[in-house]
Parts: sequence; C-alpha cells; structure tokens
Amino acid sequence: MSRTHVNCEVNGDAVDFLTEDGESLLNALRDELGLIGAKEGCGTGDCGACSVIMDGRLQCACLIFAPEADGAAITTCEGLASADELHPLQQCFLEGAALQCGICTPGFLIAAKALLDENPDPTETEVRYALAGNLCRCTGYDKIVRSVLEAAVQIRTPA
Amino acid sequence: MRYAAPTTIDEARDLLAADGDAVVFAGATDVVPQVRAGRPEPSMVIDLKKIDRLMSVSLDGDTWQVGAAAPSSALTANAAFAADFPGLTEAAGLIGSDQIQNRSSLGGNLCNASPAADSVPALVVNDAVAVIAGADGERRVPVADVVTGPGQTSLAHDEIVVCFELARPAAGTSDAYLRLIPRTEMDIAVVGAGVRLTLDGDGTVSAASVALGAVAPTVVRVPAAEAALVGSSLDDDALAAAAAAASDACNPIDDKRGTINYRRQVAGVLTRRAAGIAADRIRTRNGQNGAS
Repeated sequence: MSRTHVNCEVNGDAVDFLTEDGESLLNALRDELGLIGAKEGCGTGDCGACSVIMDGRLQCACLIFAPEADGAAITTCEGLASADELHPLQQCFLEGAALQCGICTPGFLIAAKALLDENPDPTETEVRYALAGNLCRCTGYDKIVRSVLEAAVQIRTPA
Repeated sequence: MRYAAPTTIDEARDLLAADGDAVVFAGATDVVPQVRAGRPEPSMVIDLKKIDRLMSVSLDGDTWQVGAAAPSSALTANAAFAADFPGLTEAAGLIGSDQIQNRSSLGGNLCNASPAADSVPALVVNDAVAVIAGADGERRVPVADVVTGPGQTSLAHDEIVVCFELARPAAGTSDAYLRLIPRTEMDIAVVGAGVRLTLDGDGTVSAASVALGAVAPTVVRVPAAEAALVGSSLDDDALAAAAAAASDACNPIDDKRGTINYRRQVAGVLTRRAAGIAADRIRTRNGQNGAS
C-alpha cells in the first residue's frame, strides 16, 4: 500500500497528513484531521452527506482520493462558524428546525454555502436544484429550503 | 493502490502502459462506486486533472476543443460553448448533482461506456471527434466508434482520450437533448434522445442527426429518422415518421427503469420533442440576427 504526504489548507489552516493512496478525502478529514462534520452516507456520490468545497467547487469528499487534496484549499462545515458566532446558514437551520437526526446537515450546509457564494439571491427552484445532490431521510426538505432562503436574505442584508 | 498525478500526456501514457491493472480517472464518479460495488481495486489510479490539455475548453478557429477531463460545470458555465451546443451542454449538465457536475467529465462519461451515458448521444449528433493519445501518437476517431458495448471501448489499454473536437455549427444549425428519468434530478436515463438540425432560409430541414441513448448496448444513430426529417418543414407527418423510425431503431432491455415497449414509445416521443426544440432554437437565433 502506497502512502502520500499531503499538504493542503483546511478551513483556512495549513495542515498536512500522511494517507494511503486509495483512501478517500472524506476518511482523511475524519480520521487524520479529526473533522467529523462531513459524513459517509452512501460512499458513492449520491447522498451528499460528505460534501466539501475544494478549490471553490462543491464536491463529494467520498469520491476524492485523499492525495488529490495536495495543494488544495478545502472548506468543511467546521469552517462555517467564526469563533463566537454561527454562520447565518447554521443559525437559520437552528431557528427553522431544518434538521431532525442531523446526519445530512453538514452536507446541506456546505452545499447551501456553495450556492449562496455563487448566487446570493436564489429562487426557491434554484435552491431545490442546488440541493438535489443532498438527501435527507428524515424528509425535512421544506424546512431546509426555507432556511437557506432566509439565510440568503440575512447575508444580503446584514443586521 | 497507488495514486499518480502526471502533468503530461506522455507521462500518463507511460504509467498506464507499464501497469495492466492501472486505470485513468477524471472525477472518479464511476471508478469509486464500481470498486465499492465489488469490482477489483485497480493497482493504480492515474489522475488526469493535472494535465492542462485535458482540462481546457477552448475555441481554436472554428473548432471547439473540450478537454476529456474538464468537469461538466466548465461546459455549463461557458456561455459561448453553450450557445454553440445548447443540447450537448444540457446533456452534460444533466449528469448528477452539482457535486457530481464539478467532477464528471465528457471523457469519463464516454469511456465508462454506459449505454445510458447522457452526453454521448449529444456528442454523436454533433459529429464530435475523440482525440486519442497512444503509443504511436494521436489518432482521431468519431465518438460513435469509441464505445463497442456496455463497459467496453475500442481503446487499447495504454490509450487515453485527450479531448473532443467539435466543429462550430453551420448557420441555421442547433441541437437539443432530452432524457426521461422517473424523477426530476439525479437518476439514470430510461431513454435519451439527441437531435441536431439545420434549417434553410424557408424553414426546410436540410440536415438532421438523431441519436438515442439507453435503448441498446451502445448509442444508436437513426438514419431513418434523419431521412424522415430532411426535406420536410417539420410538419406532423415528418415528425411522426421520425418518431416511428426512432422507436423502430431501439433494441432495449427490460429493467426496473422501463420495459422494452415503454422505452420504444418514449424514444419516439423524445425524438420528436427534441427536434422541435432544436428547430425553435434555430428560429429564435435567426429572429435575433434579423432584428439586429
């Protein structure tokens, strides 16, 4: 088994880790870096629970070989909040009860952030399409969509 | 398993040639699920995304060069490309979620050789040529000749699809791609239909290409449907004849996504509708040109 030394930036911090070549970025984040927000749901790119933003692009970390991350900048859900304040998406998910069991929530938050980074004023339809790669088995989609739309308003018009 | 990230085509080819169990990948959206489903793990995965030519999308004179590993999102975000090939852009944009769009590639979609690959019918109707790097340099092959059966291609083990060449459409030409899936997003085509039309000044079809996906072991070009459209004004009789020809050209399987009869029926319906969309695009563009 071949191992690779990976240097990258995760949530703004320079990090490095040693990984087996065939390991997924998802497992490296969780097992090497202790960032257990991203979850494995399906392991095949269908459910979005492992969503991360790598070099500005929303991707499933389960489909990324960990060595691919060398030199990359990665955002996980742990990178959303500042020291003492939740990200508006997180706050709106809390206030809007946009989660039940919570397994899918980190992936939804990251996918929603990727959407709002590109499109600060999405329609409901645009939100639904942008979140089509994220599955919630507690079927909380309506509250999730409403919370993303509310967060978009708050980000556009800070208090 | 080893991971390699060559920065040149020659380096990638040498790695592939030296290891019969190595595979190349772009987004790994098929490779990873296949291994997880029980396919033997390759000895080496060769990442093609560090090779500039495989990642670039550029217009060279009158020919678009689309890197085989460029993500689908690079096509859907490229307004000039989407204007020339709206149907192909739609097909590429239908593959999976945003997460997948940022990794899936035309080269991967072709070489995975699924009968249901969305981008392949759209490449075929646009006469796309695959540029393939091998031991003796590069060869150019029509996309329609790359896939030989489910999971099978005409590529030698040490060959790599570098890019696709697409001639800019002639005046009065546009394309469309439609697929049927049981839900709105995130599913595999039951049937896919790509159509490209050229209309002359009075609205008569002077050229037509029709290709179907997910209705046979490989993508099916439908000359009889093309013949039914050419020379017509896309009247009901011509569209009905094209739809019937498309249905006849199907050699589908029965599976949980659809029965044989359902697939045949839908292939005709989608062909007819896609022809209508392609024609509307041409008329809209002509109208815009006339107004300016």
